[in-house]
Amino acid sequence: MELLLDIALLALLLVTAISIAWIKDLFAAAMLAGIYGLLSAGFFMTMGAVDVAFTEAAVGAGISPLLILLTLALCGRYQRPDRNRARLATALVITVGALLISATTDMPFFGDANAPAHVHVAPHYIHQSMSEIGIPNIVTSVLASYRGFDTFGEVVVIFTAGLGVLSLLMETSAQPGRAIVHTQVEQQSRDIVLRVVAKVLIAPIMLYALYVQFHGEYGPGGGFQAGVIFAVGFILYSMVFGLDAARRVASHGLVQVLSATGVLIFGCTGLLSFASGKNFLDYSALAGNSVTGQHIGIIVIELGVGITVASVMIMIAYLFTGQLRNREAELATDRHQEIPAGAPARSTSTMHSLEQGAG
Amino acid sequence: MLLTSHYNYWVVIALMMIGLYMVIAQGNLVKKIIGLNIFQTSVFIFYISVGKVDGGHAPILTEGESLYSNPLPHVLILTAIVVGIATTALALALTIRIKRAYGSIEERDIQAAEELQERASSQMYARTPARKEQ
Amino acid sequence: MLAHLPILQVILPLMAAPSCLLIRKSTLVWLFTLAVSFAALVVSVLLLQQVYAVGPIRYQLGGWDAPWGIEYRIDLLNAWVLFIVTALSTVVLTTAHTSIQRELEANRQTVFYTLYLLCFAGLLGIVATGDAFNVFVFLEISSLSTYALIALGKDRRALWAAYQYLIMGTIGATFILIGIGFLYMMTGTLNMADLAGRIPSLSESTTVLAAFAFIFVGICLKLALFPLHLWLPNAYSCAPSIVTAFLAATATKVALYLLLRFTFTVFGVDFSLSHLPLDILLISLGLVGVFAASTVAIYQTNIKRMFAFSSVAQVGYMVVGIGIGTVTALQATLLHLFNHALMKGGLFLALAGLVYQLGGCRIEHFRGLGRSMPWTMAAIVVGGLSLIGMPLTVGFVSKWYLISAAIEQQFWGVAVLVLLGSLLAVAYIWKLVEAAYFQAPADDTRAEAPLGILLPAWLLIAANIYFGIDTRLPVEVTAAASQFLLGDAAQ
Repeated sequence: MELLLDIALLALLLVTAISIAWIKDLFAAAMLAGIYGLLSAGFFMTMGAVDVAFTEAAVGAGISPLLILLTLALCGRYQRPDRNRARLATALVITVGALLISATTDMPFFGDANAPAHVHVAPHYIHQSMSEIGIPNIVTSVLASYRGFDTFGEVVVIFTAGLGVLSLLMETSAQPGRAIVHTQVEQQSRDIVLRVVAKVLIAPIMLYALYVQFHGEYGPGGGFQAGVIFAVGFILYSMVFGLDAARRVASHGLVQVLSATGVLIFGCTGLLSFASGKNFLDYSALAGNSVTGQHIGIIVIELGVGITVASVMIMIAYLFTGQLRNREAELATDRHQEIPAGAPARSTSTMHSLEQGAG
Repeated sequence: MLLTSHYNYWVVIALMMIGLYMVIAQGNLVKKIIGLNIFQTSVFIFYISVGKVDGGHAPILTEGESLYSNPLPHVLILTAIVVGIATTALALALTIRIKRAYGSIEERDIQAAEELQERASSQMYARTPARKEQ
Repeated sequence: MLAHLPILQVILPLMAAPSCLLIRKSTLVWLFTLAVSFAALVVSVLLLQQVYAVGPIRYQLGGWDAPWGIEYRIDLLNAWVLFIVTALSTVVLTTAHTSIQRELEANRQTVFYTLYLLCFAGLLGIVATGDAFNVFVFLEISSLSTYALIALGKDRRALWAAYQYLIMGTIGATFILIGIGFLYMMTGTLNMADLAGRIPSLSESTTVLAAFAFIFVGICLKLALFPLHLWLPNAYSCAPSIVTAFLAATATKVALYLLLRFTFTVFGVDFSLSHLPLDILLISLGLVGVFAASTVAIYQTNIKRMFAFSSVAQVGYMVVGIGIGTVTALQATLLHLFNHALMKGGLFLALAGLVYQLGGCRIEHFRGLGRSMPWTMAAIVVGGLSLIGMPLTVGFVSKWYLISAAIEQQFWGVAVLVLLGSLLAVAYIWKLVEAAYFQAPADDTRAEAPLGILLPAWLLIAANIYFGIDTRLPVEVTAAASQFLLGDAAQ
C-alpha cells in the first residue's frame, strides 16, 4: 500500500515538473509550483517525515506561490518562448544526470534499516534523547539542542533574506509625492464573502500558530512552522483589507525590530551558558537540573525562531505588496491624466492586474 | 532487483535534472527561479528518502514503537527548506527591481540592453581621444 | 573567555548584525561595525597564537560531543584564513564610511553595514566549523548577504550581476548539499574528522566519488575557477567599491580554504590526488585560467573588471599549487592566499578612492592620473608590481615558492607557464601606467582621494612591501600549516 502511494506520488511529481517546464503561462506555472510543493509534502508524509511535511506545505504550497504571484503581478504573466542555450543545458543535464545515476549503483537499498546512515549517529538520538533532553519529538531535540547551532544559522539565513529584500525594495526618501496618490487607489477588496471569511479565519489561524509553536516538542511543529502560519494570518488581512490597515497593526519599523529581536533572543540564550562556564548553546546551564534546562532552552529558542520567521515573512510581504501598491498608484495617476472625466473607474486589485497580464 | 530498490533515487534524479534544465535553458527570470525551487525540492526528496526505514514510525517517541525513521535527514532538510525560501524571496525581489530598471524580465532583452549600453558608452569615450603629454 | 574563543570569533559579528538594526544613526552603526570587526581580529590573532602553540583546538557547541553535536575545529589552516579575513575586513571597514557616502543613498547605509556583518560572520563561520552541514548553512548566510550587497551598486547592471551570481551560486551550494547527502548516506556522519576516518574504507564506492565530484564542482563555482568564473567579473565591477574590495580580498580565499579542507582533510591526500587524476585537472584548469583570464583582462576598458579578471587568474595560481600537492606547493598556495588578499585589497581600495573622486573607473578616467592623484596612482602601481611578482613585493614570494615547487617535482612546463603568466600581467598593468603618466588628463580639476580612503589603501600596499621583505611570519605559519595538512591525514 505504501509502495503504491510512493510510486503514485513520485509519478505525479514528475508530471507536474515536466508541465511547469513546458508551460508558458507563468500564473499557471506558479500554481503548479504550489501543487509540486503540496505533493512533496505528501511524499514526505509517506516517508514518515512529519515535521518536514508540515514545513514544506507551509513554505512550498503557501509562502512560495504567494511571493511568485506578487512578483508576476509586477512583472508580467506570460513568458516568451525563447530557447536560450538549449543545447548547452541538455548536455550539462545529461552529464550531471549520468553522474548521479552512476552514483546510485553503490547506494544502500531504499528503506534498508542497516544502511550506514541509520547505524552510526542516529541511534544515539533515538535512544538517548528521552533521557538527555526529555521530549518526545526527536526531530525537535536534534534541531533545537544537539544541532542547535545549525538552527541558529538557519534563523540568521532568514533574517539575512529579509534584510536583503529590505535593501532592494525599501522606499527611498525620494518619493514624497506618492503619499497623496495612495488614497486614490482602492485597496480593500469589495468582495463581501472574502471580507467576512477572512475576519472569521484570522483569529483561529493565529491561535493555531501559537499552538504549533508550543506543541512542537510533542508533535510535529516548532518555531519555523508557527512563524510562517502566524505571518500568513497577517498577510491574509493585508490582502483583503489593504496594506495600510495591516501596517496600522504592525508597522514597518516594529516588524524590523522584531526580526532582529528574535535572532538576539536565540543568541543570548546561547550566551547565558557562558556564565556557568559551559559552552555556547549548552542549555543544561540554564537550570539546576540539566533536563529542565534543556526544556527551557528549547522553548526560548523556538520562540526566538518563531518571532524572527513571522516578522521576516510579514516584512517581505509588506515590501512586495508595497511595490504593487506603488505601481498601481502610478498607473492610476497616469490614467487620471490621460482619460477625460466621466470615464468608468477601474478596479486595481491584485487579481485584476494578474488577469490583465500587467507589464 | 535494482529497479525496485533504487526507483526512488532515479525518479528524484529525473526531477533534479528537470529543475536544472529549467534554470539554465529558460529565458524568463521568474521561470528560472521556479526551476531552482524544483531543483532544490528534489534534493530534499532525495535526503528524506535516505532517511526512510522500512516499517519505521515517524521520529516522535511513542509508546509501543521501537523502530523509527532516521531523524537526522529531517533536521537537515528543515534547515534546507528555510534556506530555499530565503533564496527564492531574495531572487524574486531582485526580479522586481530588474523589471523596474530594464523594463523586461526576459534574459535576451536584458543582455541586448546591456550590449547597447556598453557600445554607447565606449563610443562616448572614443569621441575624446587620449592626448599625449605635451 | 579564552576557552570560548572559537565560537566568539563567529558569534560576535553574527549577533552584532541584528543589533545594528536597533541603532539608527549611520555614523554610529559604522563605528559599531568597525569595533566588532576589530574585536574579531583580536580574537583571530589570539586563536592563531593558541593554535600555533598547542595544536588543533576543538570546541563542542551545545556541550554535545561530536559526532552527535556540532564541533568547531581550529587548526593552523583555519586560524590562518580567519586571521586574513578579519584583518582585511577591519582595514576595508575603515574606508567604508567615506566611500559609501557617494555610492549609497543615506537611508540604505544601516542596512549595508548589517549585511556586511552578516557576510563577514558567514565567511568566518565557514572557516571555523568542523561539521559539513554547518558549512552549507554558513555558506548560504555569506552568499545571500553577498547577493544583496552586490545589488546595492549604483548602476542597474549591479542588479543583473547579483541575479546571475544568485543563480550560479545557488546551483553551486545545492551541488555541495547533494555531495554532503551522498557522504552522509555512505558514512552516517556529518562531522569532518569522523568522515575523514570513514572514507578511506569506502574509496571504491561510486557514491563517494560522485560526492567528491559534486562538492568539488560546487566549491569551484564559489572559487571562480575557470570555466566556472562567469559570475565574477560582473559582480566585482558593478558592486559598491567597498564591497568589491572586501569580496576580492576574502570570499575567494574562503572558497579556497573549503577546497583545501575537503580535499586534504575530509577526503584525504590518497583519495583526492592519487585515486582521481585531480592533480592533472587542477594544474591544467589553473593554468588555463591564468592565461585566459589574463588575456581577457588586457582588453578590458573598465578597470574594476580588469582587476576582476586578474583575480580569476590569481585563483588559477593558487589552484596549481594544490594540484602539485607537495609541502612547498601547498605553502605557495597558502602564502598566495595572504598575498593576494593584500594585493587586491589594496588595489580595490585605491580604485575606491578613484571612484569617489571621479565617479567612474574606466581607462579614460586614468588619463593623467599620475599628476592629479599621485598617491592613489602610486598605490595602484605598487599593487600592480606585486601582482606581476616583482622582487621586494609579496607577489614575488608566492610565485617563487610556486615555481620552486614545480621545479622540485620536475614540472618544467608548469614553471615556464607560471612565468609567462606573469608577463601577461605586465601588459595590463602597463596600460594603466601609460594612461596615468604619459597621457594628459581630460580636465585638470581632480583632487587627490580623501585620506579616509587613501590611508587604509596605503596600509595594505605598504604591507605588500613589508611582507615582501620580512617574510618570516607568513612563511613560518604557512610552512607549519601545509605540513600539518599533508602529514596528518587522519586528524
